[in-house]
Amino acid sequence: MTNETLASYANLSLYSAMAVLTLSMLGYAGYLAGLLPARDARAESADAPDRELVSAGGGSAGDGGPSRADAVTARGGSDAQVPLRARKAAGVAHTLALLGTVLLFASAALRGASVQRWPLGNMFEFGVAAALFTMVVFVAYGLRRDLRWLGLFVVAPVLILLGLANTVWYTEAAELMPSLKSVWLVIHVTVATISVGLFAVGFVIALLYLAQDRFGTERGVLRALPDGKTLERLTYGLHIIAFPLWTFTLIAGAIWARQAWGSYWNWDPKEVWTFIIWVVYAAYLHARVTRGWRRQSATWVAVAGFVCIIVNYAVVNMYFVGQHSYSGL
Amino acid sequence: MSLSTQPADPRTERDDVTQPQLGPLGLLRFAWRQLTSMRTALFLLLLVAVAALPGSIFPQRSIDAVRTADWIARHETAGPILDTLGFFEVYASPWFAAIYLLLFVSLVGCVLPRSRIHWRAMRSLPPRAPKRLERLSAHESVTLDGAPDEVLREVRSALRSGRFRTHSHDATTVSAEKGYLKETGNLLFHLALIGVIVGMAWGHLLGWKGDVILPVGQTFANTVARYDTISPGPLVDPADFTPFTMKLTRFDAEFEDDVQGKGQFGSPRDFTAYVDFTKTPGAEPEKKVIRVNGPLETGGGTAFLLGNGYAPKITVRNAAGTVLYSEATPFLAQDNNYTSVGAVKVAGAGPAGKQLGFAGLFLPTAVLDEQGPRSVFPDALEPALALSAFEGTLFPQGRPQSVYSLDTDDMTQLKNADGSDLLRIWLTQGQTFTLPGGQGSITFDGLERFAGISIRSDPGKELTLVSALAALLGLILSLTIRRRRVFVRVAPAAEQGRTVVSIGGLAKDDDEGMGEQLEDVLTRLKERRT
Ligand code: HEM
Repeated sequence: MTNETLASYANLSLYSAMAVLTLSMLGYAGYLAGLLPARDARAESADAPDRELVSAGGGSAGDGGPSRADAVTARGGSDAQVPLRARKAAGVAHTLALLGTVLLFASAALRGASVQRWPLGNMFEFGVAAALFTMVVFVAYGLRRDLRWLGLFVVAPVLILLGLANTVWYTEAAELMPSLKSVWLVIHVTVATISVGLFAVGFVIALLYLAQDRFGTERGVLRALPDGKTLERLTYGLHIIAFPLWTFTLIAGAIWARQAWGSYWNWDPKEVWTFIIWVVYAAYLHARVTRGWRRQSATWVAVAGFVCIIVNYAVVNMYFVGQHSYSGL
Repeated sequence: MSLSTQPADPRTERDDVTQPQLGPLGLLRFAWRQLTSMRTALFLLLLVAVAALPGSIFPQRSIDAVRTADWIARHETAGPILDTLGFFEVYASPWFAAIYLLLFVSLVGCVLPRSRIHWRAMRSLPPRAPKRLERLSAHESVTLDGAPDEVLREVRSALRSGRFRTHSHDATTVSAEKGYLKETGNLLFHLALIGVIVGMAWGHLLGWKGDVILPVGQTFANTVARYDTISPGPLVDPADFTPFTMKLTRFDAEFEDDVQGKGQFGSPRDFTAYVDFTKTPGAEPEKKVIRVNGPLETGGGTAFLLGNGYAPKITVRNAAGTVLYSEATPFLAQDNNYTSVGAVKVAGAGPAGKQLGFAGLFLPTAVLDEQGPRSVFPDALEPALALSAFEGTLFPQGRPQSVYSLDTDDMTQLKNADGSDLLRIWLTQGQTFTLPGGQGSITFDGLERFAGISIRSDPGKELTLVSALAALLGLILSLTIRRRRVFVRVAPAAEQGRTVVSIGGLAKDDDEGMGEQLEDVLTRLKERRT
């Protein structure tokens, strides 16, 4: 029942997405590069407090207080201090990121249409979906606050992921094995992939936070980032959305396991890793409020959590023997 | 003043203080405090994650006993050591149990006192406003028309409409607090985790599972002896099994034969087992189907279709033509094209030392080329058996062994009639092969499919599910709700008939929304003033 034409359109859409995202990545890199001299100049004339420029129009109690965008650019200064070229680069990059996300969505939808099922049935499709949801998280979050500084660090790994999916994990469009024909596939795997998207963006910010903590705020590209406190909060904010979704993934997986394998928990390697990931992120949330634990150390636990996610996708699917026979390779 | 959903716990703070001399009771109390501290909980959580790891790396006996035995045999030194340490039964090992039991003791010891504290906090009043509101992280001040006491009244109603609980400790201030549900959610989450564990333990003690390989045409009766493998929980009495029977009348398997779908040729598409199900002896048989993802409730258990394969009917005769063995013999599939392994054990061929055994492959769509015998498609298009023959003792020292393989330690492999080479038997359906040296013959009579059916019962699963969902709900409450305190003080302004309203908010350090919260309260207040 495979519709070859639709499948080839899906691939075409994917290649276009990759091309568009590559340009977007360059745009974001250009933004950061353009930002650096501006920061230096500002550091020299350290007399103009940012806040005045930002809230020049208001200031009364009624309209704003410290706004969100403000919190992020607090260290970086207002838009007015960003050179025009950098701002333009970021604007183009942002539009392209949006376009790339739409193309990724189209690719997944076309693939689903071509096989007449939910397009989350093998490693290749997981890769594309994870890339899609990571981009969706980034673009959607970017609507609420200024995330231009983050673009390069999200789009570049997404491109690497898409590259891997397209080469190492590529699988022809096809129907599913009987054990995967279930609504729980749609529920469990989709939510899992959405939370991976959230964890991924959280992970990137966590790394930036740790890098800034390790190398100082004045080195290279680290200068272009918001301050540590903001980065840490963003990291936490993403994780507390992702964690309940992952909890749900775990529960939905158990329900499906009972349908398909007869027992809701079998300690199959894939289940073990889903559990390990859950426990590590629970530990992160704990560590963050445990007395005697620094925020930096807690953030390392979150980083470990994402390393577990990578292992779960890239290693467990391929090399560990279990009942989750769905890598499609 | 700290506003944490975690009630200030004086116990953990004392950790660094040098402990005075402790008696046995004091020591016990000290150990309990350590165990129920947040730091220990964190350590145990990380430990659980690490301890769960080896179970995904090493084969586990409860999942695949054969692969486990194989692994141990292949690693002569490491195998037995790891086995003693429980690395092949990680999730049933004492050290894994020790970690999660400690974690749950810690959990109970932590959650119960917190529940008590929270219960009290929910019924106590918001604290008195601090002297200087402008010292709070978020604060603002506006001047409004109206007398102070009148404005204060409206401040209170504005706060209430913002779902705050309010109290005035004196005539010029209001203290307000909201978000108690955060801690409630947090406690629900932790308590529900205990429910999950209890449900799992319940299922472990009172549940059971058994597997049976059922060729088409055969009937399964739900008694312990009829299972190929069965593992009942410690509190299960198998005599209580519901006595249903189930006859497999037909088994349908569909495979992809559309060569267009590259890479997917031969992939399984659908499996369906048709059974005649008799709920109690003497009852009318009902026609039922069992599918992958579509189990059958048997009453007292659930039957799942977990596997399938081929059971060629094989007959072995002696030289005189007497039938020594004639059975539909299941062969277990080893790859996606159902290249299957199995064994025929003809114990009746003679005394120990003179018994016959056959081991080898069943190939549903057979090819034989320089790569050796194998199947190239999972459906039975050109079925063939490729076997070797052995003579000797089938069950040396009565050691237990798999039905699907031959223990050839005490057997010798038969050779060609001229003794030049090892004997290789190749049989297509209907063919008979005459063994050399007057040892009789072996016939491939016909072919059936078998269904691998697993019947399971888990009386704890409902409790586990409900608890897990409750935990999820608690988690969402705990992570989304903000615990906030707001204080308001009114004072007469310099101008006549106006009032200065100072408002300050106290939140946990991560609450970026506090500023907006104050705005919200002020907006509500201004709405009331116009
Ligand atoms: C099975 C073990 C445990 C798991 C999986 C677990 C998981 C979690 C998670 C995911 C959170 C963050 C979500 C929330 O705020 O509700 C949390 C918070 C918390 N846990 Fe646990 N926990 C466990 C055991 C414990 C134990 C033993 C303690 C006591 C020592 C404890 C004390 C707390 C506290 C006080 C918070 C609130 C932190 C805050 O104020 O945000 N937990 N736990």
